[in-house]
Amino acid sequence: MSDFINGFWPWYVGAISLVSILACALLLWIAGKAKVQSHSGAADDNTTGHVWDENLRELNNPLPRWWMWLFILTVIFALAYLAIFPGLGSYQGAAKWSTQSEHKDDMAKMQAQLAPLYAEFSAKSVEDLARDPRALAVGERQFMNTCAQCHGSDGRGSKSYPNLTNANAAWLGERGAAHIVQTVSNGRTGMMPPMAAALPGPTDITDVAHYVLSLSGSPFNEVKAFNGKQKFAVCAACHGLDGKGNKAIGAPNLTDDYWLHGWGEAAIVNIIKNGKNNVMPAQAPKLSADQIHVVAAYVLSMGGLPSVAAKPAAK
Amino acid sequence: MPPDSPAASPAARVIPIVQVPPSSAGDGGGDSGEVASLYKADKKIYARSVSGLFSRWRWSMVWITQLVFYGLPWLSINDRQAMLIDLASRRFYIFNLVLYPQDLIYLTGLLVISALSLFLFTAVAGRLWCGYACPQTVYTEIFMWVERKIEGDRAARMRLDNSPMSVAKLGRKGAKHAVWIAIGLWTGFTFVGYVTPIRDLAQEVQTLSMGPWEWFWIFFYGFATYGNAGWMREQVCKYMCPYARFQSAMFDRDTLIVTYDAERGEGRGVRPRSDTPAQYQAKGLGDCIDCGLCVQVCPTGIDIRNGLQYECISCSACIDVCDTVMDKMHYPRGLIRYSTPNGMRLKLSAAAMVRRVLRPRVLIYTTVLLTITGALLGSLVMRTPFKVDVVRDRGALARIVGQGQIENVYRLQIMNATEKPQQYLLSVNVNGMPGARLVTETSVQVDAAASRWVAVRVQAPAGASPGSHPMTFLIEGANGQGVLAEKSAFLVPR
Repeated sequence: MSDFINGFWPWYVGAISLVSILACALLLWIAGKAKVQSHSGAADDNTTGHVWDENLRELNNPLPRWWMWLFILTVIFALAYLAIFPGLGSYQGAAKWSTQSEHKDDMAKMQAQLAPLYAEFSAKSVEDLARDPRALAVGERQFMNTCAQCHGSDGRGSKSYPNLTNANAAWLGERGAAHIVQTVSNGRTGMMPPMAAALPGPTDITDVAHYVLSLSGSPFNEVKAFNGKQKFAVCAACHGLDGKGNKAIGAPNLTDDYWLHGWGEAAIVNIIKNGKNNVMPAQAPKLSADQIHVVAAYVLSMGGLPSVAAKPAAK
Repeated sequence: MPPDSPAASPAARVIPIVQVPPSSAGDGGGDSGEVASLYKADKKIYARSVSGLFSRWRWSMVWITQLVFYGLPWLSINDRQAMLIDLASRRFYIFNLVLYPQDLIYLTGLLVISALSLFLFTAVAGRLWCGYACPQTVYTEIFMWVERKIEGDRAARMRLDNSPMSVAKLGRKGAKHAVWIAIGLWTGFTFVGYVTPIRDLAQEVQTLSMGPWEWFWIFFYGFATYGNAGWMREQVCKYMCPYARFQSAMFDRDTLIVTYDAERGEGRGVRPRSDTPAQYQAKGLGDCIDCGLCVQVCPTGIDIRNGLQYECISCSACIDVCDTVMDKMHYPRGLIRYSTPNGMRLKLSAAAMVRRVLRPRVLIYTTVLLTITGALLGSLVMRTPFKVDVVRDRGALARIVGQGQIENVYRLQIMNATEKPQQYLLSVNVNGMPGARLVTETSVQVDAAASRWVAVRVQAPAGASPGSHPMTFLIEGANGQGVLAEKSAFLVPR
């Protein structure tokens, strides 16, 4: 046990436990030996002769003697308990039981119980699993435990946390099972360098921002957008001349209406100026391959992909 | 009775328990008193069988309580056990009611009602519960009946216990314990049957394939029944039961208790049956013939003629037996009878004692009891047969979608407390934000007696004022099940 800050306390706690138990035993022994005056003679009223407050007399109603063995049994039980289980300071107990080992055993038991189910799930493809309500129920619980913190209970994410139900958003239009498994297992890094140096003019960045807004049909300033179009060349290296992005290097499509890092001039200016380094952590260390298989099926089923959405009975 | 001499001296007021030297233990008795231990050897009580009016009342309570206890788990309703505490899925079925752990308040109400009923009954008529309805009394009654059938009545049992061990004695004792253990195990089985479906449990018992906890609880309650009703008996009432100790606080001078009419009975003594009242009264005798039957029938081994004692569980066995003796002697019944201390002292008629029932203590107990019972029944009748918990997503406070609309995500747990699949209609009402609406499915189906989590999104138009806005989810059960309003908050980022 590492929960004591110095070596004195285990002894202190252990001593208090033992002294209390021994004091109980001593009390039982004394009570067993104790004798009281019983006025069972002429008065025959079974009082002990003790009187308080003028007339409050103490009766002696003796307990059956065998009850004392029950009390002694509790003392023996307490000592046996302390010998077997942890309780005496930092002594581990003869049974070497601990809450951690119990938790570990329970987990192992649970995993053994679930093994056949996961074996069954793993034998199926992610796409098939996405139509199996049992797998989806398991997947949903895993999603709520590991994914919902960032992506939301409905998987629609929020600013900088991709919307998993929108194929264009999260998966850059590439919403395959393999892609999901890969992303969940190994994580993903979305990096856009700061472009302030490449757009040095005082209005360069706002101009480009308005051009970007124009690409998706959002409200924009025509003059600024016109100026920005020329300067967009520095962006085109990744996002393409038409702004439709590049799946291979993870450059998002700027012409759709999905704005992972925020919509509007201010948000776009901020990203162009400062860039963005967005990280999804790898889940492989936390989830087993079997679990990732199931959670990927759940993510796939969340909608947005025609091949699954078109087929009923998924959920 | 002369006052105890030590009480007279002031020094005697505070006397610690003193060790008395063992040498003085030998003098035994006398006015100086004797030395006693705080413990004593247990003395077995051989209660004599009794029949009569109150005995019949007790037996009818035995039948009623045990038919309910043993029979209830076998009743079926809606294709399930009528009364089942399903701990694994946390549903409590009581006939047509489906309760969730959230309904614990009803259990609290039930316990408060039980406590107040005990107070009320005790204030009016003493230890009614102890004498007629307490499981300790009821099972002891059953076990004593078995004992009587196998070993005979009091005298035969005492003879048997004093006789040396023999095949016949072993056979009788063995048979008695076998029947006791069988009743105990059946009780344990029934008890577990309230928690595990009893028909499945019966199958498991036949193949001995119960789970470890089912084994444990069947044997635990079996052993408790066997031990308490077979061996412990009056010791439970005298040394263990807290209720026996605190109900003296509910007693007053108008509480009905089992009393011996000392004025009529004393002095006790044997007399020829032919004596007329005038003849035996001339000898200084009262109506008590000192037959000792009231002591022999007493399950706690007391003599009721010594007055009200804490051991008395008001079982009225002594009333029944004394009445049969009075009948034989052709004396009027009721030398031992239900009466109140005031009734005895002031010689009140039965009607006068009944009038004294209407005293403040009783009226207050009654009022509180009726109020709480009414409130509990009212809330049960009017309760909405579903429940909703709202859990706001905490990872992200809010999200901005499309062109500036603000979305908050919530998870609603909808619990269906009926045994049919139900449809629920959802809507939201955000304070001061008429444009806010639910953008997910507004109709949710939940299976019978199931609970379901649904993720819902609430959207407010762009430009909503930043901050936290109180809001209400309105959940309407289809088919007029009523509407629940659950509070939450809608957050708009700055």
